[in-house]
Amino acid sequence: MPRDRLLKLLLIGTAGGLFSGLFGVGGGTIIVPLLIFWLAYGEREATGTSLAAIVIIGAYGAVAQALYGNVNPGDAAVVGIPALAGVVAGAAVQQRIPERLVALLFAALLVATAAQFIF
Amino acid sequence: MEYVAAAALGFLGGMLGGLVGVGGGVLFVPALVIFLDQTQVGAESTSLLAIVFVAALGAYRQYGYGNVRVRDGLVLGGFGLVGVIGGVAISNAVSGRTLELMFAALALVIAAQLVRRALRPGGANPPKARAPGRP
Repeated sequence: MPRDRLLKLLLIGTAGGLFSGLFGVGGGTIIVPLLIFWLAYGEREATGTSLAAIVIIGAYGAVAQALYGNVNPGDAAVVGIPALAGVVAGAAVQQRIPERLVALLFAALLVATAAQFIF
Repeated sequence: MEYVAAAALGFLGGMLGGLVGVGGGVLFVPALVIFLDQTQVGAESTSLLAIVFVAALGAYRQYGYGNVRVRDGLVLGGFGLVGVIGGVAISNAVSGRTLELMFAALALVIAAQLVRRALRPGGANPPKARAPGRP
């Protein structure tokens, strides 16, 4: 892997992890746009690769928080099991819509997230 | 009723994960706080556990569609640990409100760039940037 590309991946991974550690989420909000802007990823590839990275990044936080006794597996199942059906449906829908619509949906998510943080 | 509402938000969070490549925490956390009476820290922690499984299934499905660059994903995840440790340290040192406003500003800038890029003539990406095997 070229050094320039590895450096960009390092920065994106660190930024995603930083975001995850700060706000207790997976980090996809940061990883997806950076893959698109810095590494010329297509929208679909950026979202798929982001999910793969989130599995690992999310696991660090989940394990650390579980050691502090902050994780409630029953509640995780209440939101997580329906979410499994959701992610399969969402990925299937994503293959059938234009990539620019994926980008616009992502932008809408960012605006909603910003509003949630501001208010 | 609370469980039904939490499950519905969970489904939508997963849907978001499949559509735009996030873990769904942005909806899981409020679902856990509002409907299952968790604290913010408890909700974020519990959400992370759900995210791991949702992202794993999502990544598997996206891999099947040819949309995962496995080596890049592993590199991103590996380097993420440095960021996670830094993020936890910073969140304990800086006021939560400052962080929230900083992130909100960053999110709006990124959103504007994504929209400008998606709306320009010729589409979001030239055809060669698309994954192989799709029309």
